[in-house]
Amino acid sequence: MGRGHKSIETRHHQERDAFFDRLRHLDRRSFMRLAGLSAGIAAAKGLIVPQSFQLVSVAHGAEQRSGFSFAYISDSHLYEQKVNDRFIRSLLRAVDDVNRLSPQPDFVLYGGDLAQLGQKGELDLGAQILKSLKAPVRMMVGEHDWFLDMGARWRELFGEPQYSFDHKGVHFVTLMSVNEKDFWTARGMTPMERMQTVAGLDNGVQSRFEVGPEGRAWLKQDLSRVDKKTPVIVFSHSPLYKYYRPWNFWTEDADEVQAVLAPFEKVTVIHGHTHQLLTQRIGNISFHGMLSTAWPWPYAPEGLPALTVQMNRSDPFSAFDGCGDGRVDVNGNGLADTLYNLWDRNPVTVRAAYLASNGKSDRPAATTLPSY
Amino acid sequence: MTLRTSALVAAAAASALLAGARALAADPPAHPPPTSASGDVMVGLCDGRTSLELKGVKDASQVTPEQARAVADLLMEDWKKKNPDARWDPSPAGAKVAQASQPARPGAKPPTASSGAAEVKKEQGANAQSGHTYGSFSERDQAIWRASTEQFVKEGHRVFHDAKAMGGTVAISCDMCHPDASNTHPETYPKYQVQLGRVALLRDMINWCIQNPVRGKPLADDDPRLRAMEAYIYAQRKGTPLEYGKH
Repeated sequence: MGRGHKSIETRHHQERDAFFDRLRHLDRRSFMRLAGLSAGIAAAKGLIVPQSFQLVSVAHGAEQRSGFSFAYISDSHLYEQKVNDRFIRSLLRAVDDVNRLSPQPDFVLYGGDLAQLGQKGELDLGAQILKSLKAPVRMMVGEHDWFLDMGARWRELFGEPQYSFDHKGVHFVTLMSVNEKDFWTARGMTPMERMQTVAGLDNGVQSRFEVGPEGRAWLKQDLSRVDKKTPVIVFSHSPLYKYYRPWNFWTEDADEVQAVLAPFEKVTVIHGHTHQLLTQRIGNISFHGMLSTAWPWPYAPEGLPALTVQMNRSDPFSAFDGCGDGRVDVNGNGLADTLYNLWDRNPVTVRAAYLASNGKSDRPAATTLPSY
Repeated sequence: MTLRTSALVAAAAASALLAGARALAADPPAHPPPTSASGDVMVGLCDGRTSLELKGVKDASQVTPEQARAVADLLMEDWKKKNPDARWDPSPAGAKVAQASQPARPGAKPPTASSGAAEVKKEQGANAQSGHTYGSFSERDQAIWRASTEQFVKEGHRVFHDAKAMGGTVAISCDMCHPDASNTHPETYPKYQVQLGRVALLRDMINWCIQNPVRGKPLADDDPRLRAMEAYIYAQRKGTPLEYGKH
């Protein structure tokens, strides 16, 4: 490489940093000028809907006082550094992304699967990295965090996995949705064998995910105090619907959970586990899958929800492609626009209006390379 | 020996037994082994020269699978002595050749103690053509071939799911990104691999993954692990039309 050569990634990040830097020092007039400019760039790139790290949607958030944003990072699958540092670098990148957001999100959802094999060293490392986030963090548990010690270390670090809170007129619920019926005792498995079985997506030995009767009872109880007109946002690691059973892209008691959520007018489920851009709507419930920071998963061979616009195939020659983090903009009316910040690609936004219109309006940018 | 050559040997043993049973039949043109003075069963190898007397055995259909295996091994040893320059692929570590203890398939006749030579002989009255390796074979032969293939695929499944087995150094196994070998699209190879700037085969991409995300050393073309992984990956795409060059 000659002196002064900058890779496309370096240039991208410098441009983005400069962009956000300018954003911090704007008066209203130059803000509008920049907004127009960035929309023009987006249009020139052939994007129909104005996209994220771009002023238009920030302006939207700033002007609708009742709305707010939260960011997400999910599915980092950390090994300890001595084993493999690739996934650590990815999580650090996501933390940098979120810390760079301006204005800062109200909080950051961590979507589960912080660890790869639920080991103390992995969970502790993850907890340490997440401490450098500027915004408060809301934790969710994934199966990779749980099945070595059945959540002992995770709870020591982060507390109980199931909880709810209210924020700016929205009721948030975080579920523990990766319970599995005991498949290990009868087989005489060690805790690590149990963990590794659950960690394998195509391992048919394990049971299917479920919220379980206790979790559902807790959810019912929690929601009994909430007005049916109050927007509800549910965080769940597993999808809370039935997508593809052989890979556990699946929640066994999804129908029962949906029945508990059905009476509410506006329900949004934000889930992890599937490592891909995933969109579903069942009744009044909108579902959004989160990106992973570690690796993308191919779309399942069947069961893909009709509303899902697939993310373009990922390039294995780039360690970051198909991965990323994201942001959820909750509108004044309590519905959510979900932004997929796919690394080194143009971001994709799946708008509430797209789901509410059952795909008739606000369609996200088209897929040019669908899965094989 | 690889499983493929083992299957051929098993098939050779079966036809050898048939040759013995058929020694008295006039057709088709054959190289019958010499007859035994004591009326014992004689087994001839398909080279038409090597033969073996089964001492004390008068009925070929009473030969157990274990005896047949031993006979095949002896004949093979003999053949190898006569053909010292013949080359054989090394056997994959831990691989065993499928034997007759197959689970019964629904609707299939239960396997008999012998290779099914008697049944084939009965069917020879039917108006059907004969052939060489595939001239006359029983359901049991097919079960053996199928089991041997499945065993090869199973070995591939093992390597595919085991970071250490393929020489990985960072605890990454193939299934982490490719559950059920999804998104490996073997049917699209050979194709121009844009990132490599040349035409690639499936095995080139397996080795690319081993070198990069898995951070291991590429496997040689004849490495049993590479061969087994290819078998596993293709097996997952059964029924998918071949579309070489597809992007």
